[in-house]
Amino acid sequence: MYGSLAAITLEDFLVRTISYLSSIPADSETLAFTAFISAAFIHATLLLGLFGGLPVFYIWLERKVAGRIQDRLGPTRVGGSFGWLQTIADGIKLIQKEDLIPKDADALIFRMSPYLATIASFAAFMVLPIADGWVAVAAECGAFLILALMSLEVLGIILAGYSSGSKWALFGAMREAAQMVSYEIPMAICALIPLLIAGSLNFQVIGRMQSGSFLNWFIFHDPFTFLAFFCYFTVATASVKRAPFDLAEAESELVAGFHTEYSGFRWSIFFLAEYSSMFAVSAVAALLFLGGWHDGLMIDGIFGSFRGAGTGVIDGFSIGTYVANLFGAAVLITKACLLVFVQIWVRWTLPRLRIDQVMTTCLKYLVPISCFLFLMAVLWPLVLASTMSRPVMFGSPLGEKSASASVVAPVVVSSNRTGAAR
Amino acid sequence: MIEQMLFWVFAILTCGGAIAVVATQNVVRMAFWLVVSLGSVAALFFLLHADFLGAAQLLIYVGGTVVLLVFGVMLTASGPYTQIQTSPAEGLLGAGVGGLLLFVLVSSIGSVDWVEVSSRLPLEPSAPFVSDVRLESRAEESLVNTRSAEEKQGLIARQQGGRTVRQLGMGFLGLRPDRNLKEGGARGLAPGYFLPFEIVSIHLLVVLIGAAYLARAKRRVNAG
Amino acid sequence: MGDVGLGAYLMVGAVLFVCGVVCMATKRNGIGILMGVELVLNGANVNFVAFSRYTSLGLDGQSTALFVVVLAAAEAAVALAIALNFYNNHLTIDVDRGNELHG
Repeated sequence: MYGSLAAITLEDFLVRTISYLSSIPADSETLAFTAFISAAFIHATLLLGLFGGLPVFYIWLERKVAGRIQDRLGPTRVGGSFGWLQTIADGIKLIQKEDLIPKDADALIFRMSPYLATIASFAAFMVLPIADGWVAVAAECGAFLILALMSLEVLGIILAGYSSGSKWALFGAMREAAQMVSYEIPMAICALIPLLIAGSLNFQVIGRMQSGSFLNWFIFHDPFTFLAFFCYFTVATASVKRAPFDLAEAESELVAGFHTEYSGFRWSIFFLAEYSSMFAVSAVAALLFLGGWHDGLMIDGIFGSFRGAGTGVIDGFSIGTYVANLFGAAVLITKACLLVFVQIWVRWTLPRLRIDQVMTTCLKYLVPISCFLFLMAVLWPLVLASTMSRPVMFGSPLGEKSASASVVAPVVVSSNRTGAAR
Repeated sequence: MIEQMLFWVFAILTCGGAIAVVATQNVVRMAFWLVVSLGSVAALFFLLHADFLGAAQLLIYVGGTVVLLVFGVMLTASGPYTQIQTSPAEGLLGAGVGGLLLFVLVSSIGSVDWVEVSSRLPLEPSAPFVSDVRLESRAEESLVNTRSAEEKQGLIARQQGGRTVRQLGMGFLGLRPDRNLKEGGARGLAPGYFLPFEIVSIHLLVVLIGAAYLARAKRRVNAG
Repeated sequence: MGDVGLGAYLMVGAVLFVCGVVCMATKRNGIGILMGVELVLNGANVNFVAFSRYTSLGLDGQSTALFVVVLAAAEAAVALAIALNFYNNHLTIDVDRGNELHG
């Protein structure tokens, strides 16, 4: 069944292209090595572009939305009438600032922990599929891996707070770590619900199961997944420490939380990590619940019909598939951006919770709720099977759908990320 | 070549991190080096085609246990950056004994011809479901392994290139589709790990309650 | 593509193991000792997974390593609870001070 998921990788594409253009045989060792290195480099560059580019947009969006919600204009001057370049200007300002290390700080850890947080956040992008087959690391346990990688960010934060040698930073880090560690539990349980329905940890399989109309999205699979989406989104907002759960950065009581002592570049990459994590959790929500790279209105059916078209000189590479994937990537990023917009909207319209309220919300409400939803999502198909003699309310069962998709019409997938078209 | 390069990078990080854990006196720095070391071990697991295990290592060890340890450091620090020094004599003694132990281990590892030993083990378990497994991953195989065709030692973990989630899951449910006990065409599935799995779940529950009980707030003894 | 071979992974496992043992033996900080235990368990895990890859043992090694990871987390939780209790009673985490039962 997963055989059809095998895609032409960029590495393979490079090998074939080079051996086509030149006379080097395709099985040459040097060629394989060169292709591997350049494929890794291209992947890293593209992901870094996404990782660095999206926060720039989100920070601008955040200021603009905040301004509108507070009946102001937000940034207006830099780079034309909408203040497009405001974030870039801020970034340049931040990089020019002095890189201060307090006297009481543990210099090694203080220097290293921003990188630890950023690496964790960036590594999550590695297993995030942008479209059908467009993923840097196609791990079978991708969903598990991404949860694991996102959970590493807390280490950077707690070490940053502790090594700052400041009580504000220490308190902020303690709160933050307690919050992030606690919210991981309901987040994992909520993410488990669609994984359970899909029966796979592979994002490719999960994404493909939700193709077609939006009724196939896992959020509409049964009432419990519908609730689970909102539960997941709440928890995800908390786990990327956004308002109303941003206790660690509670300016009124803790100055700036764990990054009180940071300045300049190190401070800004904490923010880079935070905004990228916002995108990462939103993209995971879109993949697990909202149909991934499928738009749900059958528009991608049109693009899907291109798949496999235009197979030319390079064996396995098809321009039609490339275009279809480009559309899929646009859909997925749009969905994730909409979810990020909701996070921003919530931040500027809801009051902040107290730390005890944050912990109560998680441990007393969200954990039991997610456990209950998980249990009911397990029981739901059984109940339907015994009452209606079918595992889903309407439509064909998921298993049949995927089986027919892969057996009857094996989709020729081409994963190729050569184009810098994003 | 690439695998070797990556292996050396992560092996050096693993060993360097571990040595730094031993050599540092500051507990928080020890935790940092432990993160480096354990994270690189996770990378080694990925290199060994154990994807699920690598992810579990990241989630449970690096994201869970080490965070717990750092919490422990914070809660038990009597002053900023507590350092409880090891006396130099103890350190030297430890290093000496450790060096001897390492020498014994390394020399015994070096004295065994592992290729020969593993060839003496019963060869690849002929598995009833392996054919399906191969079908699934064949397309990947033909792409990924076109140049490593000489690695004909057909081990399941390797053939699947780290796609071990399904096998591990079935193993924990008491099925081992990757292992056939019977010779020839007969089928006799090896027993899985259902009982250990259940025991571990109960164990975790017990630990949850036990740790909460042990760590609950108590009246503190007056300093003196 | 060249293969690293089983021996190299076993060496890494051995280094981790020895570091862990030395860490357990020399550290006086209770948390430091816990870190030593983690290193030892990881050394063992590297060996398990390496054998699982390079010999025909199949997935047994990986399954065992998973059990080890899970049980190590449980062990760390309990040991940390004990360390906190120790700190509450002695106001230090220096394990050399825990000699009240010595007769």
